[in-house]
Amino acid sequence: MTDLLRPRVLGTGPRRVDGPAKVTGTAPYANDQPVDSPAHAWLVQADVARGVVTSIDVERATALDGVLAVLSPDNAPRLADTDDGELAAFQSHDVDFRGQAVAVVVARTPEVARHAASLVRVEVDQRPHDVHLSADRDDLYAPDEVNGGFETDTAQGDVAAGLAEAVHVVDHTYTTAWYNNNPLEPHATTALWSDGELSLYESTQGVYTTREAVAKTLGLPPERVHVVCPHVGGGFGAKGTPHVHTVIAALAARAVPGTPVKLALTRQQMFALVGYRTPTITRVRLGCAGDGRLTAVAVDTVGQTSRFKEFAEQTAVPSRTMYAAPHRADTHRLAALDVPVPSWMRAPGECPGMFGPEVAVDELAAACGVDPVEFRVRNEPEVEPGSGKPFSSRNLVACLREGARRFGWADRDPAPRARQEAGWLVGTGVAASTYPVNHSPGSVAAIRTDGAGRYRVAIGAADLGTGTWTSLAQVAADALGVDLADVDLRIGDTALPKATVAGGSSGITSWGSAVVAAAREFREKFGAHPAEGDEVRASAPEPSAPDHYALHAFGAQFAEVRVHVDTGEVRVPRLLGVFAVGRVVNPRLARSQLVGGMTMGLSMALHEASLLDERFGHVVNHDFAEYHIATNRDVPDVEAHWVEEHDPHTNPMGTKGVGEIGIVGTAAAVVNAAHHATGVRVRDLPVTLDHFLR
Amino acid sequence: MIPFEYRRAVDVDGAVAAVAERPAVVFLAGGTNLVDRMKLGVAEPEALVDISRLPLDQVEELPGGGLRVGATVRNSDLAAHPAVRRDYPVLSRALLSGASGQLRTLATTGGNLLQRTRCAYFQDLGTPCNKRVPGTGCSAIGGHTRGHAVLGASEHCVAVHPSDMAVAMAALDAEVRVSGPGGSRTIPVVDLHRLPGDEPDRDTVLAPADLITAVDLPPLPRDARSLYRKVRDRASYAFALVSVAAVLEVADGAVRDVRIALGGVAHKPWRARKAEDVLRGGPATVDAFREAAAAELADAHPLPGNAFKVALARNTIVAALRDLTEETR
Repeated sequence: MTDLLRPRVLGTGPRRVDGPAKVTGTAPYANDQPVDSPAHAWLVQADVARGVVTSIDVERATALDGVLAVLSPDNAPRLADTDDGELAAFQSHDVDFRGQAVAVVVARTPEVARHAASLVRVEVDQRPHDVHLSADRDDLYAPDEVNGGFETDTAQGDVAAGLAEAVHVVDHTYTTAWYNNNPLEPHATTALWSDGELSLYESTQGVYTTREAVAKTLGLPPERVHVVCPHVGGGFGAKGTPHVHTVIAALAARAVPGTPVKLALTRQQMFALVGYRTPTITRVRLGCAGDGRLTAVAVDTVGQTSRFKEFAEQTAVPSRTMYAAPHRADTHRLAALDVPVPSWMRAPGECPGMFGPEVAVDELAAACGVDPVEFRVRNEPEVEPGSGKPFSSRNLVACLREGARRFGWADRDPAPRARQEAGWLVGTGVAASTYPVNHSPGSVAAIRTDGAGRYRVAIGAADLGTGTWTSLAQVAADALGVDLADVDLRIGDTALPKATVAGGSSGITSWGSAVVAAAREFREKFGAHPAEGDEVRASAPEPSAPDHYALHAFGAQFAEVRVHVDTGEVRVPRLLGVFAVGRVVNPRLARSQLVGGMTMGLSMALHEASLLDERFGHVVNHDFAEYHIATNRDVPDVEAHWVEEHDPHTNPMGTKGVGEIGIVGTAAAVVNAAHHATGVRVRDLPVTLDHFLR
Repeated sequence: MIPFEYRRAVDVDGAVAAVAERPAVVFLAGGTNLVDRMKLGVAEPEALVDISRLPLDQVEELPGGGLRVGATVRNSDLAAHPAVRRDYPVLSRALLSGASGQLRTLATTGGNLLQRTRCAYFQDLGTPCNKRVPGTGCSAIGGHTRGHAVLGASEHCVAVHPSDMAVAMAALDAEVRVSGPGGSRTIPVVDLHRLPGDEPDRDTVLAPADLITAVDLPPLPRDARSLYRKVRDRASYAFALVSVAAVLEVADGAVRDVRIALGGVAHKPWRARKAEDVLRGGPATVDAFREAAAAELADAHPLPGNAFKVALARNTIVAALRDLTEETR
């Protein structure tokens, strides 16, 4: 058990300290960083999905005034490490996916670079490609493990027996689409070399993650790579792992000695080069007794990966946590295709993985005539089903009850297609959310005082728009027992002590634990009245709680859906979520995270889908006119609440992380509400109007 | 982006002469579509002749009734114009349902009519497209076609015209005033755009140096009611899957006159003449509206990805006429 901080600044809602800089346009993002006379890089991309580059003619490009260099597999320097196939820029003439970077042009202006890039002639000996994802492929394989280090398949009891003894069974296949991370700020790198040292202004969720990957790839000692990133215009996971443009920017800058190089991706390029969420095909089998108690839960999921680098989304893993059933099994299978490599996108695993099961629960609840809130309550497990560990805290039932109260669920008539208002069929639905409490080991914080009551708290953490500049300072203030104004937080730079990536909703847990450890050590060493220059560095202790407890946040999401009788148009006039996320550091920022996640979940439910054209092998709707993200008018009313939750096991702050859980379950709640409105069960996202046309 | 020359026109004749001078010179007005295409490499003009400051930015009342809308009147200004809001609600609503506030503030009347399809394959240099490069083939056929045509398409092109405004103008029997090297002429909006046939690279009947100077809106009969109903995949900032512009006059329960135009279903704003013929003089009932819609859509040829558009168009036509009839009562 952890000694929890006494909250004084924690739990209050100061505004973002970086807000004024952002709204006045003065916050420096990666491509804004002032460097002396930069050159600009532009990528040349493969326009086939598989093949071998036979020639790259750069003559017309290099003839343009202002072009400084062109790099390609023909002339690029050899990289020290190519284990990560995604980062192996220009190391081979093979084309592994459509959109792969096959050359880069460096020029005096971005316009000339872009023009020159269009003049590079790339000849490719095209080979047949295969980008078809299907659960019926005969070459699906089981990865060694899935993202997060989880086991690929797990089982308890005998699912067949559990289904055989069930009174009601649901057995359906549910699909989620290919989704592309689309943070507002496209990926950008500014690279400069000086005396064999590389400096990168990078839009990243982890300056140290970037340093380690780039140093390894280029064969540099890590301390010779400096990464600076004070602000990120969103990432949603796409800036959590390094991508090839960063390596290319570094190579490009090395090709023009003394000149910094800026490389900014276009929106279209992002659809091929920065990761995405794999489409998922998930068969869910649930069986229950007459009273709604589950007898069997089976989740079998298929996703895709690239041939040149594996990413295995942990889609079925949340089924190991959610509901009690004597018989339980799950499997993950992958198709290796000629596609870009998938990666993290907000709540990988949980987000797509809670869609099918939470719709299936709604279907089974309806089959046995039990209210879907009550159905979930009846199937609360005593311990985590997969691990057998007790939960450090589990307040799903409290979220369901509180959500039902706030939403006005009690009077709900369960009959589908029974309500109509002004030409719209109206329905309501519910789904559960879950997300693990992740701790990434290895963060270090340094605290130093000026002796006059001010404390500099330094850690190479990231603020990807989540509010770290403010929330981590709040943690430091309570850890030191000082006012927020007396904390001078420094983050976003490898000149600061090491910090782990902002991923897995682990930021506050991982960095905050280091800050608290440093503050406690500082007070132990220097007492309440330290002298100028007193300083300590401390690491976050390795947590022992995960050995004894299952640590998860939970939530319940309620949606009202309207479907137009004439046109089938689908609208979500109301979305309400209640979450159990431990202690909330900053209600203003937490609400923003939860509402943002729910909004993204609504967008996934109704709009988002990257459309792969299998003939060409690329996503054809690769811009914001065609890849629809919910607009303001699509999101009229989203409310996020939380229940009081005291969990002494997660970390010294008692937090659980709020960045991702908001997107988990939203799409299922919308689908369930759409069914209640219309009687039509949609099992394939997105929920578009053609499902409902009559 | 490829370097280009930029010139600002001082008068209509000069603008026309400048564009007529050599190929690959084009007019620039709001730039909201042309500049996008230049960035994508879909348009590669050698020179732009900027007409945005020509004195074509007025909305004038015509002597015999109706309005003359200058070619460079911004979409937002036209939608907000008191006479448009009062007399042509179908047009005001169509304009406001298009694009975003930022785009409407820049986009012009003439430019809106001449915007090009947003077919993803047209806008992607990496995929064949007969509209972009004649003779290379149509990638949309056999590809993603949710937004594509169900009426009047050809084996060479299944793209749709993206404008909302033009659909309303087609229903209003508006006329386009054009100045070209050979002088001036007027063209009904319904005849401005072409069906793709075997020349899908030609969106309209205009020659390259023809400049739209204004659009004339004839007066509507006093009893006419009009509306614009746009159906799309999200509530804002999306092109129409199907849209309906309808102008209806009902007297004593019978249709005295009706004009219907459809958006999102064809290479041009689709005037639903067959539906109009069924309705004119007949009863203003939902059954009649259904019969009319079915008559119009009998010729529909949906693609594998957009069969739903036929039912959607039918339902939307019926709903639009029903709503207008209820409004009249």
